Amino acid sequence: MDKTELPWNNPVVEANASAPAARLGQYAQPPLRNFGSIDPYNRISREAKDMIPPPFEYQAPTSVSEALALLGKNPEAKVLAGGQSLIPLMRFRLASPAMLVDLNRIGDLAYIKEGEGWLRIGAMTRESDLDQSDLIAKKYPLLADTTHVVADPLVRNLSTLGGNLAHADPANDHPATMIAYRAQIVATGPKGERTIPASEFFKGPFETALAPNELLTEIRIPAPGKGSGGAYVKMERKVGDFATAAVAVQVSLAKDGTLERVGIALTNVGLVPIQASAAEKALTGKKPDDAVLRQAADLAAKAAKPESDARGSEEYKRALVKTLTVRALRKAVARAQGG
Amino acid sequence: MAAVAIQGLGHPRKRVEDARFIRGKGNYIDDMKLPGMLQVDIVRSPYAHAKIKAIRTDKALAVPGVLAVITGETLKQYNVHNMPTLMSDTQMVLPLDTVKYQFQEVAAVLGTDRYTAADGVAAVEVDYEPLPVVVDPFKALEPGAPKVRDDKESNHIWHWEWGDRAAADKAFDAAEVTVKENIYIPRIHVASIETCGCVAQWNATEGHLTLYMTTQAPHAIRTVVALITGHLGLSEEKIRIVSPDIGGGFGGKVPAYPGYVIAVALSIVTGAPVKWIEDRTENMAADSFGRDYHISAELAGKKDGTLTALRFKTIADHGYTDAAANPSKMPAGLFHIATGSYDFKNAFVEVDGVYTNKPPGGIAYRCSFRVTEAVHTIERMADLMAHEVGLDPADFRMKNFIKPEQFPYKSALGWEYDSGNYAGALQKAMDMVGYKELRKEQAEKRKRGEFMGIGISSFTEIVGAGPSKDFDILGLKMFDSCEIRVHPTGKAIARFGTKSQGQGHETTYAQILAEELGIPADHIKIEEGDTDTAPYGLGTYASRSTPTAGAAAAMAARKVRAKAKKIAAHLLEAAEEDLQWEQGKFFVKGSPDRAKTIQEIAFAAYTNHPQGMEAGLEAVSYYDPPNLTFPFGSYICVVDIDRGTGEVKVRRFVAVDDCGVRINPMIVEGQIHGGLAMGFAPALMEEISYDENGNIHGSNFTDYLLPTAVETPKWETGETVTPSPHHPIGAKGVGESATVGAPAAIANAVVDALWHLGVRHVDIPITPPKVWALLKEHGAALEE
Amino acid sequence: MSTHHIQVKVNGAVKAAEVESRLLLVHFLRESLNLTGTHIGCDTTSCGACTVLWNGRAVKSCTLFAVQADGAELRTVEGLAQDGKLHPIQVGFHEKHGLQCGFCTPGMMMASVALLEANPKPTEDEIRWGLSGNLCRCTGYVNIVKAVQQAAEQMQG
Ligand SMILES: Cc1cc2nc3c(=O)[nH]c(=O)nc-3n(C[C@H](O)[C@H](O)[C@H](O)COP(=O)(O)OP(=O)(O)OC[C@H]3O[C@@H](n4cnc5c(N)ncnc54)[C@H](O)[C@@H]3O)c2cc1C
Ligand code: FES
Ligand code: FES
Repeated sequence: MDKTELPWNNPVVEANASAPAARLGQYAQPPLRNFGSIDPYNRISREAKDMIPPPFEYQAPTSVSEALALLGKNPEAKVLAGGQSLIPLMRFRLASPAMLVDLNRIGDLAYIKEGEGWLRIGAMTRESDLDQSDLIAKKYPLLADTTHVVADPLVRNLSTLGGNLAHADPANDHPATMIAYRAQIVATGPKGERTIPASEFFKGPFETALAPNELLTEIRIPAPGKGSGGAYVKMERKVGDFATAAVAVQVSLAKDGTLERVGIALTNVGLVPIQASAAEKALTGKKPDDAVLRQAADLAAKAAKPESDARGSEEYKRALVKTLTVRALRKAVARAQGG
Repeated sequence: MAAVAIQGLGHPRKRVEDARFIRGKGNYIDDMKLPGMLQVDIVRSPYAHAKIKAIRTDKALAVPGVLAVITGETLKQYNVHNMPTLMSDTQMVLPLDTVKYQFQEVAAVLGTDRYTAADGVAAVEVDYEPLPVVVDPFKALEPGAPKVRDDKESNHIWHWEWGDRAAADKAFDAAEVTVKENIYIPRIHVASIETCGCVAQWNATEGHLTLYMTTQAPHAIRTVVALITGHLGLSEEKIRIVSPDIGGGFGGKVPAYPGYVIAVALSIVTGAPVKWIEDRTENMAADSFGRDYHISAELAGKKDGTLTALRFKTIADHGYTDAAANPSKMPAGLFHIATGSYDFKNAFVEVDGVYTNKPPGGIAYRCSFRVTEAVHTIERMADLMAHEVGLDPADFRMKNFIKPEQFPYKSALGWEYDSGNYAGALQKAMDMVGYKELRKEQAEKRKRGEFMGIGISSFTEIVGAGPSKDFDILGLKMFDSCEIRVHPTGKAIARFGTKSQGQGHETTYAQILAEELGIPADHIKIEEGDTDTAPYGLGTYASRSTPTAGAAAAMAARKVRAKAKKIAAHLLEAAEEDLQWEQGKFFVKGSPDRAKTIQEIAFAAYTNHPQGMEAGLEAVSYYDPPNLTFPFGSYICVVDIDRGTGEVKVRRFVAVDDCGVRINPMIVEGQIHGGLAMGFAPALMEEISYDENGNIHGSNFTDYLLPTAVETPKWETGETVTPSPHHPIGAKGVGESATVGAPAAIANAVVDALWHLGVRHVDIPITPPKVWALLKEHGAALEE
Repeated sequence: MSTHHIQVKVNGAVKAAEVESRLLLVHFLRESLNLTGTHIGCDTTSCGACTVLWNGRAVKSCTLFAVQADGAELRTVEGLAQDGKLHPIQVGFHEKHGLQCGFCTPGMMMASVALLEANPKPTEDEIRWGLSGNLCRCTGYVNIVKAVQQAAEQMQG
């Protein structure tokens, strides 16, 4: 149909020459907060359509080097992994990348291997593959716990570990877990590989240490020795919800039963995942009795920087961090003692 | 050949409609594809209140595939920029110059498909000048508050009161004990998994409109469309509404939304079929909501626990226009069922409707017009009073229940309850759950610092609207209808004025007819939803289908039977008085082998009917119920509270329902399961709220929390059967009872768990942070 | 606009098409292939009404681009019945009254099929967790669980 046939295609109201009221002005906007979980969806949906993404160029390289070349040439490009964060954002037109570089056709980015003191996980390994790995279930309970509470089983069939970290949503679950594990993140760029400690990877909400022309290719978790255990305890309002707060704990016990190494990190109680260093320190070298665990949990709660939102008040979330830290510590210690 | 079973009343007949649904062959609105069909998408306001200074459409029109952008001014040329709501208020289809709530329709973009239409929407530029916003109805009533409606005197919409104020006041003055509580029942949304939508198909040659749309009330909508467009020559005979398979309604698909009107307008102007499908955010943020009642409730009683009087004062937040779907004479719906299951001598309720800068509505959330609001309040208050006078909540209820011998019972607020045995239902629930042992366990746990709670809700529902002297919508009396035609071979088709959205009408209506006629249910085809073929009816909501159309089915079948008897008499050469009916046949009294089956009679109706009688075997019934029906039940919920996180875990939930005679026990049970889930959800999870600027929170499923199979409790159900004395088959409605009754059981359980701390009330949804705050306030939060 | 030629196997049949890169898989199935049994219920990857099997995995087809499915094997509700014989999950949903409005049903059944293929004898809790990416507003889930249990038994033979 020719649009000139239609009777009403003249502007109905004269355009206003003066500066239009800011369409995303403060008047209608709540402060941008708690990114991944709530507001991006709400924010954009005011501005544009939900459901229908904007157009983009699509490329599906079959090797990392090809992917890197595409990224190098197209600064506007974005990487597509599981798509379970990126596509929802595009559907709300919060993200409108000019090009998507799809990593799903690169065969050798999905693997779970153990050796030389590390568990090595390819960036494109899907949550459900982690879920089904016997090795992870037996030896990496913190990772198993975490994977099990990320999103829902259908989302987990697509979403990747690499994407979860690279997205750097403060509400994502794996970042804290990787910090607690003292994991290393492997970035591959035009000049080759470099490793970044997880604790230095998350720079801000949706911001990482990755350069635009780098790919996250691998995650390396130190293989836990004897007497190690971990746990992830998450408070969520329902399955598929992001954390109100969550705590990742990884410990190893010395022969005398004292805590030798302790990693504690917190999810969604700050703009980045928070390493509870003071709590870690307070536990190291101590016998893990309940009083000690509580004290450490206090310190973890102090380290949290939650903000009030629909998931609860700042005060509530801080208290929650304490409760969840004690529970995670108990569970991790019990697991360490058991194996 | 084995005889085909009748599958009449009480038979757990497997559903007929499943055949298409399990194969992915349902016909939902978005599945429709007509040749040349275009798609419309809507530009919506980011502001809750603003002047529209300019709408620039040039960029949108430059998008390939975008055909048109229309605004309120466009519609004004045809005088269809406004439409009436079901409560005779006014709602903008598209605004001329101001928007009144966030996500309100601002302009519409017509494209060749949904992608281009969406691109067009993204390219429309609108300049707004924000205006002051009022979202709190109490503030809206204060002098100097921003005025929501330019065409009204103030933000106060109406005042409605019921009962004897003076008598209630007197009873309160004389009371030995009174309790008072402010109860907020928040705004929620039915959130059926299918959103709303339509395909408008204008046939310019014939001047005829077919509107395929997600409506629970096709006939009423046809009349409404005719009212909106009649002045353009689109009168009612030129309109056909077809309601295809509906993916859940729950009340949300009763009203007419602007999108429907826009699609119709665009189809008429372009001559092409136009589809409009909401996305989830539009559905949640702009369609009619449920509840949003601020209730100040008081009960009076004697020291021994006898209730004497009730007073409820309510502020009803209707958003920018009163778009509730209530019977016309009842702006607060059936809120005056507020005395519930108890024998009050005095009661008085009043409600004030208020405008705010929020989406319009006030429809039901799987509930028969404000009944949940009433039931939740009385059941919460009953617990308060029980504790106040030192009675166990169960004993308190037993003491105050209306007794079986008091039925039919005239309530202090004027209803005549048809039948009930409230103590019977509660006792059964208590036995099922093991009430005494639970109380023992609770006491022991409390000593150990563990908090568990047991909550009861003994609700009385009021459904089946309704008797025509009191019930109408826009003047249309709330009867419902059935038309049945028996074919020569003894098979039949029946059509109804209602519209199933999952209730299984195609299955159960056939069972009623099978029972009455002795024709196997499998031989009866049921149709609904097409206004060209179905008899006029008011539709399916408020649990009214069984009480009204179900009754019409029985009545129409009885008319058929009356004619069949005459034919049988002719065939058997006997006097009509000498014939006796036994399911499926007439026989001569005393000689059972002189009989004619209904199939033989049907054949004769077309081949050998008596001289002087009209051929055929058909009947129509428009059933005007003499009264409503009053289903009831008792629910008991057991919760455990996590003192560290504030989480409420529903450990058990026992539901004993009495909906009279059960037509299909399998379907009734399914309705109860679903209703319970929709009672559980608002009790613990669902809420739509707004910040002071009118920004919505809860506009999609990341914020508006629908329970999954993991959160949803494992229901335990039981039944008692107290037939309705006035319904032709003794049935009452059941689709909504559980949604109405469940929230109070859960809330009462939580308060019961925390009572010893001094907690008296908590508003739903009872979220972990709320519970934790209460624990904290009373020094009982566990910071491990 | 970038378009791509894709070829997918849907319910055993090979389909080729030219698709815009941004076309969501769910729209490809519903609108290009007329497989309207796969539904859409949300904008936020929350409801699972759009669940299909993608190379054997249950995924939300509203959050995957059609172009990504190039070369993939897809199964939708329309492919459940074989030679006119219903799949045990379809029988289960029908016999246990696991559906009411039917809108969530195709997604529920596809998620259930994937669940049963991975775990032929799930416990009730495993079923509930396994279906936790799918929302049903009508049934209260009890009968859905029963439907999956019955299908599990039937598939055991
Ligand atoms: C309903 C729902 C619920 C969810 N709940 C949770 C939850 O509870 N907890 C949780 O942690 N997450 C949750 N998520 C998010 C989910 O886990 C995401 O999948 C994850 O955050 C991103 O992984 P992805 O593989 O899908 O990445 P994508 O969405 O493909 O990408 C995300 C971002 O990371 C970038 N990226 C991805 N991979 C790489 C790489 N290898 N190198 C460089 N950059 C890369 C992309 O360019 C993009 O910017 C939920 C998602 C949904 C839809
Ligand atoms: S449509 Fe809701 S998850 Fe895909
Ligand atoms: S049957 Fe209606 S949503 Fe599940």
